[in-house]
Amino acid sequence: MAILVFSEETDGHASASALELTSKAAQLGEVTVFHVGEGSADALAELGAHGATSVHHMDPGDGLPAPTAAAAIADLVGGDAPAAVLFGMGNTDRDVAGRLSARLGRPVLAAAVDLSIDPVRVTSEILGGTHQIITEATDQPPALVIARPKAFAADDTGGPAPSTTAVAAPDVGRSGSAVVVERHVEEQEGPDLEAANVVVSGGRGLGGPDNWHLVEELAAELDGAVGATRAVVDAGWVPYSLQVGQTGKTVKPTVYIATGISGAMQHMVGMKDSGTIIAINKDADAPIFGIADLGVVGDVQQIVPKLIEALKARS
Amino acid sequence: MKIAVCVKQIPDPATPYELDAESHLVVRPQDQVLDDTDRYGVEVGLQLAEANEGTVTLFSMSPSGSLQGIRQALAMGADKAVLIDDQALRGSAALTTARVLAAAIEREGFDLVIAGTESTDGYTGVVPQQIAEILDVPALSFARRVEAGDGKVTIERQTATGYDVVESPLPAVLAVTAGSVEPRYPTFKGIMQAKQKPIDNLTAGDLGFGDDDVGIAGSGQSITAVAPIAGRQAGEIIEDDGEAHLRIVALLEETKVI
Ligand SMILES: Cc1cc2nc3c(=O)[nH]c(=O)nc-3n(C[C@H](O)[C@H](O)[C@H](O)COP(=O)(O)OP(=O)(O)OC[C@H]3O[C@@H](n4cnc5c(N)ncnc54)[C@H](O)[C@@H]3O)c2cc1C
Repeated sequence: MAILVFSEETDGHASASALELTSKAAQLGEVTVFHVGEGSADALAELGAHGATSVHHMDPGDGLPAPTAAAAIADLVGGDAPAAVLFGMGNTDRDVAGRLSARLGRPVLAAAVDLSIDPVRVTSEILGGTHQIITEATDQPPALVIARPKAFAADDTGGPAPSTTAVAAPDVGRSGSAVVVERHVEEQEGPDLEAANVVVSGGRGLGGPDNWHLVEELAAELDGAVGATRAVVDAGWVPYSLQVGQTGKTVKPTVYIATGISGAMQHMVGMKDSGTIIAINKDADAPIFGIADLGVVGDVQQIVPKLIEALKARS
Repeated sequence: MKIAVCVKQIPDPATPYELDAESHLVVRPQDQVLDDTDRYGVEVGLQLAEANEGTVTLFSMSPSGSLQGIRQALAMGADKAVLIDDQALRGSAALTTARVLAAAIEREGFDLVIAGTESTDGYTGVVPQQIAEILDVPALSFARRVEAGDGKVTIERQTATGYDVVESPLPAVLAVTAGSVEPRYPTFKGIMQAKQKPIDNLTAGDLGFGDDDVGIAGSGQSITAVAPIAGRQAGEIIEDDGEAHLRIVALLEETKVI
């Protein structure tokens, strides 16, 4: 069974989701990757190492990639269709999945945490991760699937470099007329949020951007990464790249510390699978306490500075 | 400028959602609220309409019920609403929603279609791109800052590492994030005016769809099982007595991260 995996390049690397999905797909069948971006040797080698046998590579240049990538994938799967096309939850992943779905007339099976093929069956978590649902694709192949981050483990099996075919971005007319005129990278310090062993996240309960240093200092003491709720991202305290949750990153650190976070369903979906969860909130009824291994009812502005001091004293 | 804003009524997220035992679909009460995510789309639409002598028409495919959510958006200032409410549409896939909305929008004519990035209750997050593909226009997704005028639209698009500035000619589809603007609250006057604003009701058939094209039959998928997930259990909860940080340090030691 052939399976196609979508990959987007960032900073010379294949997306984390592409490596996870390639690893999973390699267990189910023969994996081809559709890779969008510059096509660096590192990115291609990573895909091969995780089990891709061939890669179709398209550089969208300054165009937004979704319309051209979807058209190119539609061409690719037109003849001998793979069983499934797999996407991650990245912004471009979701854009391409949507375009491709409309092009091929196939539904998108979303939020997958498990997958089998023949027939394609997807297990998804719905309603904030409170229910599991199994959906079977009943249309002609390919089935289009969007998987949750970290649903599958990336497994470097040391596979050889894949055979690579360059694909020209097809002319998609009016749909393709949006262009990127500037690119901005927001600097990040400390370990990668999605890979860190410890994550310290802050919410609106910090009281304001002036107190955000408490979250940063605590994270630094623990060699951890800093995360945030959407409420504080939307308020402009921190960049979107720090957002944890349904519309942000999914993290599974050994320890997750939630400070001044209420525990909205959309936040918890992104961190509920952490090893140990510690929450500090002044409201004893905050939903975050429902999933915390240790809940401390109290004021972050009192507790966090003392915690930082205690950690400093130890080292 | 003719602006179409896609909105959805959803069961109040503050109440637990129920799944119908047979269809596995979310049970929809008579009173549904405007999806919070859509307030941002409505606000962006109103601001662009104000700046460009435009009109804002709401498009919604959902059981109308008491229309509470639609009235909320009209009270914010939208001019009118087009509702597609049809028993045949129950259980439709996101792609069907996109087809139906695109057909209704095309019928009215548009320069700009605005949607939220994803709905709170469904969150497949693909409808805006599907609409764009069907209408054959560019889609500016994950937009956190928007300007439009002179036949073009410019946005800041969130990326994994920062943001891109993206420019597109009109017509186009725009999917906005919750950070894009501060949605206005309806005024008393707005709430009163909303009661008089025109609401068109359409069926799937009015837009040329047969019963087999839509709903569960046309969804291309079938739900084979649903089960609640055993949630994480609450652990120890302590009141801070001035020494709680020491309990945290002890737990960090237990987990060996320090
Ligand atoms: C479609 C959709 C997608 C979303 N995606 C995400 C997502 O990806 N990630 C996300 O996080 N959210 C997401 N949200 C938003 C989510 O619903 C919540 O609004 C958000 O998570 C709340 O953030 P918060 O906990 O910081 O703020 P609040 O809910 O306001 O909570 C603040 C908490 O701080 C506590 N507090 C206040 N002062 C103190 C103090 N001095 N000491 C201790 N505690 C204090 C309060 O008791 C309260 O519990 C999404 C929403 C929608 C509709």
